[in-house]
Amino acid sequence: MNTLVALALIFTQLSLLAFGGGNTILPEMQRQVVQVHGWMSAQDFAALFALAQAAPGPNMMVVPLVGWHVAGWSGLLVASAAKFGPSSLLTAAVLGLWKRFRDRPWRRVVQAGLVPMTVGLVAASAVLITEATATRPALAGIAAAAALLMLLLKPHPLWLLGGGALAGLLLA
Amino acid sequence: MTAPASADAGPPPAAPRAAPPGCGALFAGFLGLGLTGFGGVLPLARHMIVERRRWLSPAEFTDLLGLCQFLPGGNIINLSVAVGLEFRGAAGAVSALLGLILGPTAAVVALGVVYDQFRDDPRVQGLFAGLAAAAAGLLVAMALKMLAPLRRQPVALGIVGLCVLAIALLRLPLLPCMAVLAPLSVLAVGWRGR
Repeated sequence: MNTLVALALIFTQLSLLAFGGGNTILPEMQRQVVQVHGWMSAQDFAALFALAQAAPGPNMMVVPLVGWHVAGWSGLLVASAAKFGPSSLLTAAVLGLWKRFRDRPWRRVVQAGLVPMTVGLVAASAVLITEATATRPALAGIAAAAALLMLLLKPHPLWLLGGGALAGLLLA
Repeated sequence: MTAPASADAGPPPAAPRAAPPGCGALFAGFLGLGLTGFGGVLPLARHMIVERRRWLSPAEFTDLLGLCQFLPGGNIINLSVAVGLEFRGAAGAVSALLGLILGPTAAVVALGVVYDQFRDDPRVQGLFAGLAAAAAGLLVAMALKMLAPLRRQPVALGIVGLCVLAIALLRLPLLPCMAVLAPLSVLAVGWRGR
């Protein structure tokens, strides 16, 4: 029961702090589930993140997976509802107001002003997830190769995920 | 071909809007989106909503997306709620949101079961370690891509650096960091950029 309450609190907070999309809250999610609650290791968290990236759909599917890993089906339901509920309610509540304030100058100022923080949070996610996954030189090589190929060739991400998995299998 | 050619310079001849979707159509549309959207749902969402099903005009789509990017939460998650709400109220929002996340949830749980079942097999360990490393690499690439437009803006880069320092290196909690960094970011960058 306590675990479910903790999951609800963590993901409600993350839901309302996820400005700039899901990847900005990965560091806090990792801090909560690994450091604060000790539900899994940083490696496990990175593995769940990778599984979610290999699945279709929105990029926050790591949330139900974390809930499921921590507390089974009830954990999945609680984490999903807590993550997707509050931000959705906020969207619904603001939808009517939006037509009034979208053209106000402050809207543009705030939106442009949050960009550096969003970029900083995504960069922090990249640092933490890489730290947790590149535990051996070969794995660091796979991460570096995936990043370089993505930047240079812009392939479909699934090719790189598949290639990374294959390389990991051959190196094991 | 069938659109009458009007002589007056009115608004551009928009593609005819489809009939407003019901809850079932909203659910089905977003279910398809969730199941086919690998590595970025946004371009597919535009295709589905504007071009294929013609629920919204391009301008309406861009406008709703602007709201969804402004608010916290995943852009596509928020978009499903906003589109559902526009057409069918709360029931539509729930239909669209559930449609979007049900398929991917089943997929991640299936992958999680496989991972848990075979995690002691060294080859499967290697496979998932390689997958995780590649996923980390993709995240690095995304961060670098987002960083590139800021490279001539020292103030913005300073805020990025502060953010990485606080979150990734000092491991500080997100809420107090955002309480400090968000106003700082808006004051230093948003205001100057007007």
